[in-house]
Formats: sequence, structure tokens, C-alpha cells
Amino acid sequence: MSLQDYKGVFVFAQQVDGVINGVSFELIGKGKELAADLGTEVTAVILGDGVKSLADELAAYGADKVIVVDDPVLKEYTTEPYTHAIHKIIEKHKPEVFLYGATAIGRDLAPRVSARATTGLTADCTKLEVDPDNKKLRMTRPAFGGNIMATIICPDHTPQMATVRPGVMKKAAKNPSAKANVEEFHPGFEKNNKYVEVTEVIKKVSDKVDIMDAKILVSGGRGVGAKENFKMLEELAEVLGGEVSSSRASVDAGWTEKEQQVGQTGKTVRPNVYFAIGISGAIQHLAGMEESDIIIAINKDEYAPIFDVADFGIVGDLHKIVPALTQKLKEERAKRDA
Amino acid sequence: MKIIVCIKQVPDTNEVKLDPVTGTLIRDGVPSIINPDDKAGLEAALSLKDSLGAEVSVITMGPPQADAVLREAMAMGADNAYLVTDRAFGGADTLATSTTLAAALRKMEYDLIITGRQAIDGDTAQVGPQISEHLDIPNVSYAEDIKVEGNTVIVKRQYEDRYHTVKVQMPCLVTALGEMNTPRYMTPGGINDAYKVKKVTVWGRSDLEVADGEIGLKGSPTKVAQSFPKSVKPAGQKVTLDADEAADYIIEKLKEKYVL
Repeated sequence: MSLQDYKGVFVFAQQVDGVINGVSFELIGKGKELAADLGTEVTAVILGDGVKSLADELAAYGADKVIVVDDPVLKEYTTEPYTHAIHKIIEKHKPEVFLYGATAIGRDLAPRVSARATTGLTADCTKLEVDPDNKKLRMTRPAFGGNIMATIICPDHTPQMATVRPGVMKKAAKNPSAKANVEEFHPGFEKNNKYVEVTEVIKKVSDKVDIMDAKILVSGGRGVGAKENFKMLEELAEVLGGEVSSSRASVDAGWTEKEQQVGQTGKTVRPNVYFAIGISGAIQHLAGMEESDIIIAINKDEYAPIFDVADFGIVGDLHKIVPALTQKLKEERAKRDA
Repeated sequence: MKIIVCIKQVPDTNEVKLDPVTGTLIRDGVPSIINPDDKAGLEAALSLKDSLGAEVSVITMGPPQADAVLREAMAMGADNAYLVTDRAFGGADTLATSTTLAAALRKMEYDLIITGRQAIDGDTAQVGPQISEHLDIPNVSYAEDIKVEGNTVIVKRQYEDRYHTVKVQMPCLVTALGEMNTPRYMTPGGINDAYKVKKVTVWGRSDLEVADGEIGLKGSPTKVAQSFPKSVKPAGQKVTLDADEAADYIIEKLKEKYVL
């Protein structure tokens, strides 16, 4: 079989507990652009238990076709049955491109699939485009913690596979009346030595809004100095209608939760306004927030690298500036409401 | 129980700087370390050795100087060390790397293989799951904790918003998160043993049963088409202000940008 027989852009539409992960819609949005350049369609693949009804939502975000694998063995994510299902879909449909979210699931599933299908996989891409000359996928990703960008190609193997960082690609506009051609697929599941048993699922209780959805983020780093000092960041976030996020240093210090972490090993965010407070701006942190529309940095060290990416940098004492800012914003609001 | 930990020598990326003129990486003088996730995996293996008894081997693929991380691992308490090194393995992407390491691992006995989740120079998180596929064994990624009960490994598997407790039968592969533990230090006696008593077994191309088309650059489906320094946006304004002035300044800017 020649490479030319491979057709179509496929995306893995990740769902957990019947909720489709936002990155799935971002992949469909990007997949549509790539499919247009390749003269083909975008197919969303959804795996789970009782997930047929989710096909409409994938169609609304632009999937031309949806393949559903619905089986009780897929209720909780485990590597082997998910790998088996995706691999069988690749064997049957021979897609030329297969995209996954760079999530804790996608970054386990995609490499296992790549080894089973003997093809390449480019991790954590921030840019995908079709080479106009040879119609191959050009996959760009940060390397060395974000210092260097590398464009990777997979010229002689299919599918060309990539994981894509959540929050980087844009979702297509939602069209609730759009319908997709839905195919139910049964790869057949036979228990083997590679099956594992999930004995317990512990969800982290959180009443916090996902920082990836926030329009304004007030982010604190090592310079905040103590867990109780995050209180003043919360007050600032509250008056601005934003959320509190943090650097890795604050998570490691136990001041904030992992789910609030921005950066290479945390989340990629692009809010309208990002306050970097007491964050020096290690390259790994910058990788997660530099696409924010407006970056405001407060730091006592005038040489902190955060000032290289900040639109507005204030060299000063955050412990005084943050409460002053919160107070003045409250006064502004009172004036406006009066 | 036989545990093999796969480790990688990486530049300490916190120390990596860009040449401001050429925009390329300055590697000179940058210290090499055991990749942090791998080191946590090694600590997990050594803890299992302490509590249950185990033979812990470490393996790395890399240039001859990667010997240093194997010695460090042995100084921490690993029993045996294997260096997979040959020019023929150079230029490998993750698939070729995992294929080569799997060929080496097939020569060894193991109940549990531990790799780090990802290396800080590549951040791909691919080699662990790919090795397990080549060896036809189960894998559990993103481990926050690893326990062993009889022939079963119990892993606390991290996700963004939850964790799973996963039971997996040995032989199996687990990828470790750096935050799972604090690796122990080398001991003076350990350092002495690592350099003067213990040996590093070196395997080259001819020691591994693997096809030429599966290793090195030739065995790599992905190629680097281009690499370039990240484009930097021009620096914005930087001002030194006291608290009141700073608050006014920020509010003024937020108004200019129609945020307020």
C-alpha cells in the first residue's frame, strides 16, 4: 500500500465521565484547516462507555464524521484497550494525519499507538501546517524548555501523528445544527496481559474555575513568599473578576494547587490580562503564558526575565502594590456604580 | 524482584542560555544531570529495594560520557549499570530510541521497568510507553506512587483533575513523575563502590538484535526539518514606582486597553 492511499485528518476526541475535553474541539478546529489544505475531511474519534450521544457536539464544532467506539471496557481510561481501538481504526481507515491532545491521557495513548503502528509522533505541538509543496504536515514544537522551536516532519510514515498542547489552537465557531456522519465501530476487545485494573478513582474536589478559561489571571510566584500571602492575590482576582494561578515554584512550595500551575509542565493559558506577581519568568513558565494579550509584571528584581515579555512591568514591592491596586480598583468600581 | 530503571543524561536546562547574538544554545559549561523524572524513578526503585529486597539495574542510551549518570545511580544504590552506546544509534527519534532500548532490555531479566515520565531536554513523554509496546508488556504512565504486592504493582496514576489507583501485573513498565519523592544523595562509600568496585556493562550495535532500518537516524520516522530560536516580541515598558503610583499606573493601562 502506498502513502497516497492514506486519506483524512483524524482527531482523538477525549472524553472523561461523558464530558468532552476542550482540547478536542481545538483539535477539530485545527483539523478542519488542515483538511481544507489537504482536500479532505476531519473525523473525530470518540471512545468510552455510553458516549454515542456526544457525537452531535463534535459535529457542532466542525467534525465532518464521527467514529464512536462504545464499550464498557472503555469506561475509565487504560492504555491497552484505548490503544487497541485507535490502532484498529488506523488499520481500517488509514488516516494521513492523527491528532491527540497533549493531556495526561493523550501523552500516554499516542506514543503507545505510534509504536504499535510504527509511525512517528511529535509531542506537544504549538503549530501545525501543511507544506504547500508536498502536502506533508509540518509540526512545530518547543524544545529545551522553550528556548528553541523545532519543526518536525514525518515524511515516509503514516499516519503523521502529533499531540497538541491544550489552549494553543483555536476552536472553530459552534454550529449547533451541524450534523456529522456517525459510524459505530467495534474493534473487538479481548483481555490480555496488557490489561490493567483501575480499582479506585479519586477526583480532586475543586470549586475553582479552570484557569484555562479565565479572562483575567492573577498569577503568583516565589516572590509572593508564603501561602497566606496568596490571600491578597485572591482579593485582587476577585475585584477584577479573574482567577488565581501560579508558577511551578508556588505549587512546589505547597502554596497553590497543581491545577493552578501555568507553564511547560502545567497549563498553557492565553487570558486577556495576565498578572505575573513575584514571578521571575523562567523559560518554562513563559512557555505557558506568553500568548496572553496583555502581560503585567510586578517584581522587585529589575533584571527578572519576566520583564522581557511583559507589556507593562513594574519594579517594586508586590506586598505593597497588590493591596494598593485592589483598594484603588474597589474605589473605581464604587465610583462607577454610584 | 528485578527492577530496571531507564535513565537519561540531560543538560540542566535551568542553566541553558541562548547566545544573544546567534540565538543558538550555549552548551559549554552547562552541567549534565540525571533527568529529574528518571531520578525519582530510581529513588522509587531503591525504596522498593530497601523495603522488599530487589536487584536494581540502571540503563542509559547515549554517548560514552553518559557513563557519569550510571556511576551516580550506582553511588545512590543501584546494583548494575548498562550503557548502550554506538554511533549507529545516533540521531534517533523516540521510536528508534525506544526500539534500541527495548532490544537491550530483552537481553536482561526484569519484573518491573521504571522510566521517567519525560526528559527535560525533549519533554516528549514517549519513550516509556513505546518501550512497553515493543516488549509487549502493560504500562502505567504518570505515577505519583509505586507499591508492590506479590506479583502486582499498584500505581497512583495522575491525571489533571483526579488520580486512579491502578493494579498491574508484572512484568510491566511504569513512568515516574519527578514530584513523587525526593531522591537520596550519593554516599561516600557508594561513590567509592560506583567507581572502584562496580562495573558498567557497555553494549554497542553488535550486541543488540535489532535491524539497521530500526535504529538511529534511519530508523526514525520523524526528522527535524528546521530549528530556530523562538521569536521574541519587543520588550514593553518597565517602570520603577511606589505602591500608589504603581496602582494608578496599572489602572491607567487597563483603561487604555479597555479592560476596565
